[in-house]
Parts: sequence; structure tokens; C-alpha cells
Amino acid sequence: MSIDVQEKKASPVDKPVKDSHRWRGIAESEEADRTSAEQDDAASIKALRARGRNLLASLLRPHKRTLFWIIVLLLIQNGAGMAGPLLVKFGIDSGIPPIIDNKNYTILITVGVTFGVAILIEYLTKRAFLAMSGRVGQSLLLDLRARVFRQFQRLSIAFHERFTSGRVVARMTSDIDAIRELADGGLNDLVLSALSILTITGILLWMDPMLALVALLSFPVMAWLSNWFRVNSAIVYRSTRETIALVIVYFVESMGGVRAVQAYRRERRNQTIFDDLNEDNRARNVTGHRMSAFFAGGVKGIGNATTALVLAYGGYRVLHGQTDVGVLAAFVLYLRRFFDPMQELSMFYNTLQSANAAFEKLAGVLDEKPDVPEPVEPKPLTNPRGELRFDDVEFWYHKDKVVLPTFNLTIPAGQTVALVGATGAGKTTIAKLVSRFYDPSAGLVTLDGVSLRDVAEPDLRRAVAMVTQENFLFAGTIGENIAFGKPDATVREIEEAARAIGAHEFITGLPEGYDTDVRKRGGRLSAGQRQLVAFARAFLADPKVLILDEATSSLDIPSERLVQRALRTILADRTAIVIAHRLSTVEIADRVLVLEKGTIVEDGPPSTLIDGGGRYADLHAQWQDSLV
Amino acid sequence: MIAMLALAVVASVFSLVIPRVIQAVIDGPVVEGDTSGLWLLTAIIGALGLGEAFLVWLRRYIQAKVALGVEADLRRDIYRHVQRLHAGFHDRFQTGQLLSRATGDLGRIRRFAAWGMIFLVINIFTYLAVIAQLVQIYWPLGLVVAASAVPLFFLSRNFARGYITASRAEQDQQGEVANLAEETAQGIRVIKAFGRARHVTEKFDGGSAKLYDISINKVRMLSRSWAMFDAIPNLVLAAVLIGGALAVANDKMTIGELVAFVTLQLMLVWPIEALGWIIANGNEAMTAADRVYDVLDTEPAIVDRPGARDLPRAEAKGHLRFEGVRFAYDGTDKTVLDGLDLDVRPGETLAVAGVTGCGKTTMLSLAPRLYDVTAGRVLLDGHDVRDLTLESLRLNVATAFEDPTLFSMSVRENLTLGRQEATEADIEEALRVAQADFVYDLPWGLDTRIGEQGLSLSGGQRQRLALARAVIVKPAVLILDDPLSALDVHTEELVERALASVLAGTTALVAVHRPSTVALADRVALLEDGRIVAVGTHSELLESTPAYRAVLSAESDSVGAAA
Repeated sequence: MSIDVQEKKASPVDKPVKDSHRWRGIAESEEADRTSAEQDDAASIKALRARGRNLLASLLRPHKRTLFWIIVLLLIQNGAGMAGPLLVKFGIDSGIPPIIDNKNYTILITVGVTFGVAILIEYLTKRAFLAMSGRVGQSLLLDLRARVFRQFQRLSIAFHERFTSGRVVARMTSDIDAIRELADGGLNDLVLSALSILTITGILLWMDPMLALVALLSFPVMAWLSNWFRVNSAIVYRSTRETIALVIVYFVESMGGVRAVQAYRRERRNQTIFDDLNEDNRARNVTGHRMSAFFAGGVKGIGNATTALVLAYGGYRVLHGQTDVGVLAAFVLYLRRFFDPMQELSMFYNTLQSANAAFEKLAGVLDEKPDVPEPVEPKPLTNPRGELRFDDVEFWYHKDKVVLPTFNLTIPAGQTVALVGATGAGKTTIAKLVSRFYDPSAGLVTLDGVSLRDVAEPDLRRAVAMVTQENFLFAGTIGENIAFGKPDATVREIEEAARAIGAHEFITGLPEGYDTDVRKRGGRLSAGQRQLVAFARAFLADPKVLILDEATSSLDIPSERLVQRALRTILADRTAIVIAHRLSTVEIADRVLVLEKGTIVEDGPPSTLIDGGGRYADLHAQWQDSLV
Repeated sequence: MIAMLALAVVASVFSLVIPRVIQAVIDGPVVEGDTSGLWLLTAIIGALGLGEAFLVWLRRYIQAKVALGVEADLRRDIYRHVQRLHAGFHDRFQTGQLLSRATGDLGRIRRFAAWGMIFLVINIFTYLAVIAQLVQIYWPLGLVVAASAVPLFFLSRNFARGYITASRAEQDQQGEVANLAEETAQGIRVIKAFGRARHVTEKFDGGSAKLYDISINKVRMLSRSWAMFDAIPNLVLAAVLIGGALAVANDKMTIGELVAFVTLQLMLVWPIEALGWIIANGNEAMTAADRVYDVLDTEPAIVDRPGARDLPRAEAKGHLRFEGVRFAYDGTDKTVLDGLDLDVRPGETLAVAGVTGCGKTTMLSLAPRLYDVTAGRVLLDGHDVRDLTLESLRLNVATAFEDPTLFSMSVRENLTLGRQEATEADIEEALRVAQADFVYDLPWGLDTRIGEQGLSLSGGQRQRLALARAVIVKPAVLILDDPLSALDVHTEELVERALASVLAGTTALVAVHRPSTVALADRVALLEDGRIVAVGTHSELLESTPAYRAVLSAESDSVGAAA
């Protein structure tokens, strides 16, 4: 049966699943592994490269003034550094003869003093340069981290669901690391090398243009070589970013689910898969490094061959009295300074390429448009009453699979509505629309007559809070986790919230009460306890509209009883949407909606529906039976 | 590795010989006007140069494989090791910190293996070789150059001392930032639901700013020392120039010798400048390795005992027994289980009831040894579970957790987590028992990717998959932690009916919160204050035990609802 389905549906996916990656399965969205900016066609790659560059430019913009000074420092440092060989040439050509001739040391002393000054200047400028450029580099990273983090916060749940948290982590760590590597060491040398190559070209031309032209013969070859490397390694390093992301995703998920891994003896199979991903990443990296090996060898070869040529031609010129021995000696020294930085460049070039690829990836993230954008001109939502309306709302993830066909519903302020229906009936979708995790594909969801699209995020969140079955606790104490609903809450408010929901008893029973760290030192909480903390969190947030999506499933009967008692008071003056498969929770509702395939099939107070003999009556009867 | 070093040394010999030939060119053919000698010698230089280039390429070609191999192998080892580490370790260590070790720190080690170490060797070799030649050309100046090693030594020592602390602090903080990134990515729904983006952003910015401060401190250290490392070889060069000029003036040296001397000495500039970088690189690799070994050196607390025996699935009857079991989580003295005794007969289904947080989940995780008892023992078919190999124990005991963890993988891969070789029929049967046939309707059936990514499944669907996953193993002992909590009454009934046939031949230990789930069980045990205080059938306990009534009575449930 499954094989039929597979064959039927596999055809629309044109990218075949690599056999060794079969375990991953086929993602619903083809965009699962990347941001929408990252496509394989040439135009997209070009656009992405441009975005990467723009990102770098915009990160550097605030440091314009510092960058100006950095360049000044570099020029001075470069000048001071270049003085060395020139002084050697001068010392040998002009300093020695007067000593031999008439014991005149003045020129040599001048050379010595100048050398000393040059060294001091080089030291000071280098130190200042390193400090300043290091500072710019670190500020750039700080800025980049902040931007990417904010962007991930801005992006909608839909994005996060397909992108996965592991990939978010990969972008936030490994990609930023690749850039940090460049900021740590490479960049300074890159700039300095480029500068000194330019200066030396100038000096060589000035000393002996003919000889210099021979040296410059190496340029086209060098240009061709670096172009080859740049183009080809960019492709490779782009793929290393992706393969490392897969390694990270797998690592993060294995660690997150380590209990299941161990309980099911999954270690070996995991290792096989992980080794495969790790090996894939290594292989791409090796390709990249081998390219850079060829590049480095090539640079060395071109440099050495050029030196031999210059020496041959220069020697010939000296023999024919067209130039001095000192010039030739200086030429040889400069050529070394000319090609050594290129050698260094080749070493950092792969760091640069790797950082480039990372910039592209991050630019892709920053470029992603939130599916649920903030309104440009938000309408104020002061003292909301909590009236919810669905006006001709339609919703689908894919057009061929509509979840909500034309849906109309009005929930008056203060009403508690329970949603009942089978999986896939659209209950959670309604909750997600009200909390604006998604926007409707058509129609409007309004709160007090204002479309949710026009409500500013902070206003919306103050008005609407949601408790789900997934009760994520953040690292920190229990108190802090409750206060997540209201960060400025006092200790008393936190305790009151916990009391109201019936969580106070178990919390005070923990080793350090409200200060118990939820991860460390014995703070392991059961699913039920976590759910209570989540409830307390929502209670403290004090929203006008409260959504409970399967929020009581892990509670035991005594806790549920307490929560229900609390809910009666809490929900009295609030609008509430309750999704629960336990009818005990549903019974606190003023009104029950039975949903089927996105349509309301029954609507009324629970007691009326029970007597009405419809679906809800059936469910209720079944539930009564289950209470053996 | 040795081949790499050898190649590096040979290549640097080439580059050391070249200046000597250059000297020969200038002092010989150029001064003497010997054209054919000029061609010959420059041809030799060209050949040597190309040879050097070839060696550079070859070394880096090999180096790519070696260094990246070191990184990949260590990553594999870390992954293998952390998978073996007990749950208690994972409770303490957040994923971000582990991840930063398996990525960022390994990168530092790789860079040292690829560059730092090679350069250290090449540079020391170059230094010695150059000094030897310098001494040979003109010993007084040669010794001056050699003396530069003294300030370099002190400079290096001071630099390394401060840098190592800064480097460790930076790496630790990078791990913290990774933790924050990971946590906010995982908790994005909660953050969105409460609109706390600003709150978590502030927290992240705090961590990020701290990292910035640490890094800036490091930058300051680097700028001071690196500028100094640059100045020293230049100072020596100046001294050599003056001294050399004097020596030439006094006929102690030829001009060609002086040029060769300076050329050679210029070869020392880069190795000395690079020393600062190498020290930084080496220290970072060292602290990174410390961090990696912090994890690799953590002994897994739950391993096979020496002489542990296999319990083949065919022999296992599924008799599970808890004897005087005590348990406290690491680092706490609060006992969760305090002298728990319980006997689950082969083939029996026993439900464990108790208030939220009384230790049901903890108790359940002792049987497959996710944790080990603090005192007492758990027996499977009369063997202390610690005397069985983990492999065979966990083959016999399968667990469906309350939080159904699904991985971003195909449905099939998620289902066969505990039994790779499961056939299509096995899968179909398990899906039927768990009422999880909905997976066949997913866009690509069993090949559809689920988990965090792709289709989001409802809580009930996830729970049914987790149940199917446990059933598919066909274990001797099935552990179900509140397995039906997210199901509606109708589905729950269907699952219970289908599960009954599976449970008939399997020992099962089920944590329950609802009377409806109790229907699965032959007997129920009540867990209170870390002990089993009562065992019996549901109706017996309802009658005899008030505490049980409080926890599981349907009547009080509806009273609550009606109040």
C-alpha cells in the first residue's frame, strides 16, 4: 500500500533522494533546506552574491570613520615597512663607498637612524591598526549576530517549521564562525598584502621600468589562476556551508532526543548516518583545500619562475651596463616581498571564500520576508474587549489541500468557546490564526473589529496568549519561566499565578522552590508539571484572549480539577478558545463548536448539544462510558 | 603527518638554497661578465623554484586530507561518545555547548594541525638553517641575529600566558551564545505566543555583548604582542645593515655576501612575525582540545558491567521486579523513589498511578537503564538489569515516552528507530495497533519527512507514532508513559482495543493519569512518597484506597467538572 503511494507521489519531486540520504525522507516543501533567496540557477547565485556583498557593506557602514583611519594607518605602516629594503639598497650603494673612500660614516648613520624611526613608526601603526581593525571586526560580528537573531525572531512559525531549529543554530554558530575566522586574522593580512603588492609594483617601476615589466609578466598568469580559484572554490565552499548545516542539524536533534536514541539502541544507526554526513562535509572541504593547494603551489611557482627570469634579464642588463648591481639586489629582495604576501593571500583565500559563502547564507536569511509581516501603519488596540471575528476566512498550506474553506465565526467578548473535532478538522488552525502564527489565505480575522494584520506585535501579544501542548521551558529557574509571561512581574505576582493554577505546592516542594533551575540540580519536571508552569505563565500574562490548545492533556485528575476550578475564575472575564479532546475540559465552555473538515457542524452551549442528539452528544456519551 | 613535515622541510631547504644561488649569480657571472654562466645559474634557480612550488602543492594536497581528517574523526568520536553518555550528563550539558565543541573548537584544532604545527616546525627549521648559514657567511653578524631569540622567547612566554586564559573564556562564551541561539530556536513557538521576542533578544544581546568584551580583550593582547613580533626582526635587520656595511668597508665581507646575508635574513622576518600567530593559534587549539576532552573524558555512568551477559530476546520472559529501589537525581539529596518494591509478572499489564510529579516517569526510566538506581535493584527475569548488556536489555525493554520525540526524518525511519529490519508488514501492524494509519495519507506516505521539519503533526498523531515505534520492537517488556494522553476518547478506545492483542503476550508497565487508560491494565499500583503503597485491580483500589480514589476516581472528576 505504502509503495503505491510512494510511486504515485514521488514523481513531482525532480530532485532524486540520494540513496544514502533516504532516511531523511521527502520534505513537504522543496524549500525545506534553504531560504527562498537560495536557488540553484545562475541569476539567483549572482543575486545572492550581490546580497552577500551588500550585507558586508551595510555592516561596515557604521565604521566608515574608523575604516578611514585604519586605511591611513595601513598606508603609513606599509610605507614604513617598505622602507627596509630601500634603506638596504641605499646603505649598500651609497653608504659603503664613502666609508671605504674617506671614512665618512654620515650616510650610514643617517640610514641607521631612519631605519630606527621607520621601525618605531611601523610598530606603533601596526599596534594601532591591529587594535582598531580587531575592534571593527568584533563590532561587525556583534552587529551581525544581533541582526540575524532579530531576523529569526521576526520570521514566522511557518518558516521555522520548515527550516528547523538545527539549521537556525547552524546559521547562528557555524556561519558566523566562518566569518569570525576571517576577522580574527585573515582580513588584516589580505588588505596589507594587496597594499604591499601595489606599492612594490610602483617601486619596481621606478627603479628600473624594463626589469619591472619582466616582473609584471607574471600578472596575467596570476590573475588567471586566482580567477580560476575564486570561481571554483566559491561553489565548493557554498556546498560546505550546507553540508556542515546538515551535520549540525543531525547533531542537535540527536542530542535533543537522546533519551529516545538510547532507549531504542539507535546509537549505531545514528553513527552511520552521522558519519555519512560528516564524511560528506569532509570530502567537500578536502576538495576546497586541494583547490587552494593548487593555487598556493601555482603562486609559488609563478613567483619563483619570475624571480629566475628577472635575475637572468637583470644580470644581462648589469653585464651590459644598463643597470647597477645594487638595483638588481634590491629587485630580488622586493620580488620576495612581492610574492610572499601572495603566498599568504593564498593561505587565507580559502578562509575568505568560506566567509563569503557564509555571508551569502546569512544574507539569504536576512532577505527572507516574514510570511506574517508587521503592519506598516499599525492600528492601536487600547483596552481590547476581546471580540473575535472570522470573516470569510480561508486557509490552506497548499492550494490543493484547503484546511479551512470559507469560515465565518463571531466570538463575543468574554465567551469561552470549545473546539471539538477529529484530527485535521481545523481546530489548531483556528488557534494559530487567532494568535497570528499564520495569516489567513483569504478573508479577515479581527479582534474588536481590527484586522490582526493591522495590529502591532506587542499590542497583539498583550491581548492574546496561547498555551499549547508543547511546554517548552527555558534554561533558568522555575520563577523565571513563569515570569516569561510578564518579564517585570514581582516575586509575589509569580507566586500568586502559581497558586491560582495549583502549581504552588509542587514548586515549593522542589529543592530550591521557585529558584530551582529547571535543567540542573534535580529540577527535572514531569510533563504534567511543565504544563502547570506553562499555565501559570499564561495566567501571569493576563491576556484578554486566551487560547488553550490541548493544554491539559498531561495533567492528572487532581491537577486538572484544580486547573479547571482556576479556569472558571480566570476565564470569567476573558475570551477563550479551548481545544481539548477531554470533554471534562470542554465542559467549562459557554459554547461548543464541533468542526469537521474546516466547517462548523454543530454550535451551541454544551448542555443543549448533549440533549440535541448530534455528534457532540455521541462524543459525550462515549466519554461518559470511558469513565469506568 | 610525517610526510607532510618532511615535505615542508625539503621545500624550505629549496627556498634556503635559492638565495645562495642568487648570491652566486651576482658574485660570479654578473661581476665577472660570464653570460653563459648567468644562463646556467638562472636556469638552476628556475628549476629549484618550480621544484619548491611542486613540493608546496604536494604538502598542502596531503595536508588537506590529514587536517580535515583529524577534524572529521574527532567530530565522529565526540558524537559517538556523547551518544553513550548517560541521561544525567545530558540533563546538565546544553546542546549549544556540545555543538560548539563539535564545530568551532574542532575547527581550531584543525587549523593548528594544518597550519600552526607545520609552520612551527618549518619556522624553527628555517630559523636554525638560516642562522647556520649566516654564521658561516660572517659569524659576528650571524651571532647578532641569533641573539634575537632571547627577547623573542620572553615575549612569546608572556603572550602565551595571558592569551590562554582569554582564549578559553572566549570559547566558553561562544558555547553560551550557541546555547542561547539553540534555546530560542527550540522555544520559538512559546516566544511568539507570548510576544517575548524583545525579552529573549535582550538576553541574547547580553550573551553576545559579553562575547564581544572577551574578544576585544583578546584583540588588545594580540595587537600589543604581534606588533612587537614584527618589530624585532626589523631591528635586527637594521643592526645587520649597519654592521654589514662596516664589515664590507673593512673588507671582512664582499658586497655579494652582504646581499646574500640580508636576503637570508629577510627570510627570517616572516617566520618571526608568524610566531605571534602560531602561538595564538596553538593556544586556541590547546584550550579547544581541553574543552573537547572535558566531554570525551567524561565516563559514561551507564555502561556494561564487566561480565555482563546477553539476554536473547527469545529467552526473555519479561518478569520485571523492583526491589527496594531508591533513586535521587545527581547532585540532589531529595529522594524521588524511596524503597520501592514491585513485581510485574510475565505477560501482565500493570498500570502505575500517582499524582503529577510523584516519580512515575523516573521509575519507568530505570527499567531500560536510562538512569541507574541509587540503591536497591531492578530485575529482569531474575537478572539485575545492570548485569545485562545494555544492547540486550534495551532490545527487551522498549519505551514510548510521554513526550513523543520525532526526528526530522522519514516516517519509516522514525518508526523503525528500535528495529531497523522491521518489514513492511511489521510496520503496517504497528501502525494499525497505534491507530496511526494516517501516515499512509501523507504526501509521500512512509517516505514523508516528519519531525520538526515538514508536516507538523498534531500531538495525538505524534503520540500514536511514538506508540507504534515501541510496539514495532516487539519487546518482552513494553513501557508506556501515559501513552494515550493526547488522544480523544474515540481514538483512545480504538487504540486500547488493538493494543490489547499486543499486550496479551507482553509484559507492560504503564504510567496512567486517566481511568480510561487504566482499562488496559490487569492490575494497578499506586505510587506515593516514593513507594508502591497499594496494588490491586482498579475497582479493588477504588474501594479500598482513598488516595487512589483522589488520583483516579472518575466520579470526583465529573464532580469537579460539574462544580
